[in-house]
Amino acid sequence: MAGPVLDISDVAYRWRGQAGFSLTVPHLSVAKGESVLLLGESGSGKSTLLSLICGTILPDQGKVTIAGTEITSLSGGARDKFRAEQIGVIFQQFNLLPFASVRDNILLPLRFAPIRRNRVADAATEAEKLCSALGLPDHAVEAKATALSVGQQQRVAVARALIGQPPLIIADEPTSALDANSQAAFLDLLFAQITAHETSLLMVSHDPRLGERFDRVIQIEDIAQIERAAT
Amino acid sequence: MIFRLAIASLFARALTVGMTVLAIALSVALFLGVEKVRTGAKASFADTISGTSLIVGARSGSVQLLLYSIFRIGNATNNLTWQSYQDIAARPDVDWIVPISLGDSHRQFRVMGTTKAFFEHYKYRQGRSLAVSQGAVMDDLFDTVIGADVAATLGYKVGDPIVVAHGLASFTEHKDQPFRVSGILGKTGTPVDRTVIVSLKAIEAIHVDWKSGAKAPGRATPTDAIRQMDLTPKAVTAALVGVKSPLQTFALQRAINEYPEEPLLAILPGVALQELWAIVGIAETALLAVSAMVVVTALIGMMATIFSSLNERRREMAIFRAMGARPFTILGMLVFEAMVMATVGAVLGLALLYIGLMIAQPILDSAFGLWLPIEAPTLREFWVIIGVICAGAIVSLVPAIRAYRMSVADGMVVKT
Repeated sequence: MAGPVLDISDVAYRWRGQAGFSLTVPHLSVAKGESVLLLGESGSGKSTLLSLICGTILPDQGKVTIAGTEITSLSGGARDKFRAEQIGVIFQQFNLLPFASVRDNILLPLRFAPIRRNRVADAATEAEKLCSALGLPDHAVEAKATALSVGQQQRVAVARALIGQPPLIIADEPTSALDANSQAAFLDLLFAQITAHETSLLMVSHDPRLGERFDRVIQIEDIAQIERAAT
Repeated sequence: MIFRLAIASLFARALTVGMTVLAIALSVALFLGVEKVRTGAKASFADTISGTSLIVGARSGSVQLLLYSIFRIGNATNNLTWQSYQDIAARPDVDWIVPISLGDSHRQFRVMGTTKAFFEHYKYRQGRSLAVSQGAVMDDLFDTVIGADVAATLGYKVGDPIVVAHGLASFTEHKDQPFRVSGILGKTGTPVDRTVIVSLKAIEAIHVDWKSGAKAPGRATPTDAIRQMDLTPKAVTAALVGVKSPLQTFALQRAINEYPEEPLLAILPGVALQELWAIVGIAETALLAVSAMVVVTALIGMMATIFSSLNERRREMAIFRAMGARPFTILGMLVFEAMVMATVGAVLGLALLYIGLMIAQPILDSAFGLWLPIEAPTLREFWVIIGVICAGAIVSLVPAIRAYRMSVADGMVVKT
């Protein structure tokens, strides 16, 4: 794949019902296999930026291109399907469906992404492989999601994001709920997997100490501006 | 997989889901139960008399004639003279005729004077005949055959003496001529169960010393003397008539209605029963409507449960959205969950109905003479269940559309 995995140009978004608030992103690009850390405090528009990338909200102007497809031109249903195929998402916490088994949680994105499913020969075995690669105990796949510790749950979320090898992983402060030791272990495992699969990673955090592991660290203020009308 | 997850999600909320399902089950059981009782009552009602072509009495209304002659409710305003009775009996198209003479009572039960032919020709529940379960049909002048409810309520056995009271709810008794229980009839579920049957002549016999509805003072004809008297009645209350060919029924009915010597009325029992049901049935329909409202209430309860679960499930919906689920999938999942709840509720309701029927069947039969058959679910019940499931799906659309809107607005970002 020649072009960047993620490319944003001249995007502007205005929050509905909150006149005067708007986010503009002139340019942001993530290359294939590149890991990027986006640093910013809360309220800096990180969540909105991630929603724009994932296509759950549409910019008022500009283009969001993922793996060569301009998602801003797709219909709502097509964007949902496209997201399932191209992007693995890891949240800050509460990533998993509490009532489902670890295996069902990992296999869930394949349900919405036939191309990712076809990339996996035997989905159940692949889920187990990912679990052991991420240092989860044996038979963890059988367990209910809520039976695992927070750190283990975050690793299951990584397995879910990675299964079927989507080109881009979006992680929204995935380590903030973990203590320092767990953070390091978590990042080791995450980086081992994205390096092995040549997956691009865009992680959002407020913690600059994580920066040394990443190919590139960006301050959100440098690429995006939030405008607030005078009150 | 989505369906499995939806089921797992239901199990995770077992308590509230269970309560909702139970409410639906009880309401469906109530609805189907009322429906069963309604059809059972209607069938039982229509089964009160069969095999009789015409009921003949003094001219009044057809429902009134049916009520007093068969259901023993209310009173005749006039009688049918013995002469008219004989004239009708002598007609060539009349196969059989059974006289009925009412007016006296024993405790809370009516006394009916008739002939032995009554036991032969009175049919109920599609042609079933009366059966004497203990003893025998009356033989002696002062013998009586009592219905099953009379025997059960008053604790009578074959051979017990009973005294008939003059009129209804009266304290004047025919003490001089006590009767003897010669037989007890089997349970029929008809007004016969609550009737004391004596011979037509016995009705005359106990009134020998009576004039104008009061006992003539000082007179007491000995029983032996009564036995020697001519006890042919001067009039009877009504008569049941069977014709030789069903084709003659209408001609005979017209002939009786136009009988020149006396104003008479002949009715077709089936037609009169339907007229009566049209009156009684309104209450049943109202009951059915009320139980349908209970089903609606249970479904609205389910809607409330889904609504209240939406906020705590925002996270869950955001995860589904992040994995690529469309808002429409979220809507579909909620409707599916509601349909699962409604289906389980309706099927459980049907099971409860059968358990209830098994318990209530003997009680209803002995208490009200209402026999509810336990049969495989009918097409009607099948449609009720389908209806409940569809209604559940429709009702769940309200919270599901809200969830749809929420998941469009929230996308995958929910601040917890």
